[in-house]
Amino acid sequence: MRRLAAAYASGLLFAVGLAVSGMTRPNKVLAFLDFGGDWDPSLALVMGGGVLVNLVFFTWAARRGAPLWAPSFSLPPRTRIDAPLVGGAAIFGVGWGLGGYCPGPALVSAMSGAAPVIAFVVAMLGSTALLDLFTVSRPPSPATATSRTPRSARRVRSPGERSRARAP
Amino acid sequence: MLDLVMTSFTPVASTLGGVLLGLAASSLFFFNGRILGITGIVGGLPSAPARERVWRIVFLAGLLTGGVAVALVHPDALPSSTGSSIPVALVAGALVGLGTRLSNGCTSGHGLCGLARRSPRSLVATLVFMATGALTVALVRHVFHLGGAS
Repeated sequence: MRRLAAAYASGLLFAVGLAVSGMTRPNKVLAFLDFGGDWDPSLALVMGGGVLVNLVFFTWAARRGAPLWAPSFSLPPRTRIDAPLVGGAAIFGVGWGLGGYCPGPALVSAMSGAAPVIAFVVAMLGSTALLDLFTVSRPPSPATATSRTPRSARRVRSPGERSRARAP
Repeated sequence: MLDLVMTSFTPVASTLGGVLLGLAASSLFFFNGRILGITGIVGGLPSAPARERVWRIVFLAGLLTGGVAVALVHPDALPSSTGSSIPVALVAGALVGLGTRLSNGCTSGHGLCGLARRSPRSLVATLVFMATGALTVALVRHVFHLGGAS
């Protein structure tokens, strides 16, 4: 229950943070990406502030060895820099530069009920679902892996996850 | 062209917002051991096993109620006229959905969390999407002069 409370609070705080930072204003995002025009550096501070806070707490959490309310950290299993990573990031950037929304701000902004944002979100979720449909073999997500592992095995594996959390 | 293309520098609000985003991601990691990545949490929702779905749905509920609260208290933060037409929004959204799923992360998972975890994959992804985003804006605004997409 407390884990769900943490998840809810985190989502809520994230939405407020997006609105305060300016990430939900596409024109502000595009002005940040517009190095050749009237560049607005604001979003560099969003990223900088967020990463700094995370550096402190992620490092602290990794030193503790385990999260407070869960048996172990669930970290992405992949470490290789491969074509889907680079190609996918490149495609995402084009969409971001066209629409001015990345996924979080788009979902939050859809609550305004504005048609262009809702169209954006529908297309975004639709293309993700389509890709999943056509992806034949997908390596299991870390969440899938943990949920199918018995509690005892989970403990054995946690030191490895710990070291990965410290130096991924 | 509906909105002003120029925006002003907002150092205080943007830094404060960034700190809030960091606190949200940090608390999810510190308490639950999860990475706050919108792509992983929301995009992975349909394919996640049943017992992994509940916390994702609860997180999404928090995110969306946050959106409703912002729309009620400070609607200016969620501009309804973004300047992009419906067809442009559809293309942009489809590219974002496809790209983030392929690369397993977006601005939150790779950017805010991945960089803090010093993940080489996330560093590469962040540099690439920033670069193609900037390139797209440069092409749209300065080569093709299509203000409509801004």
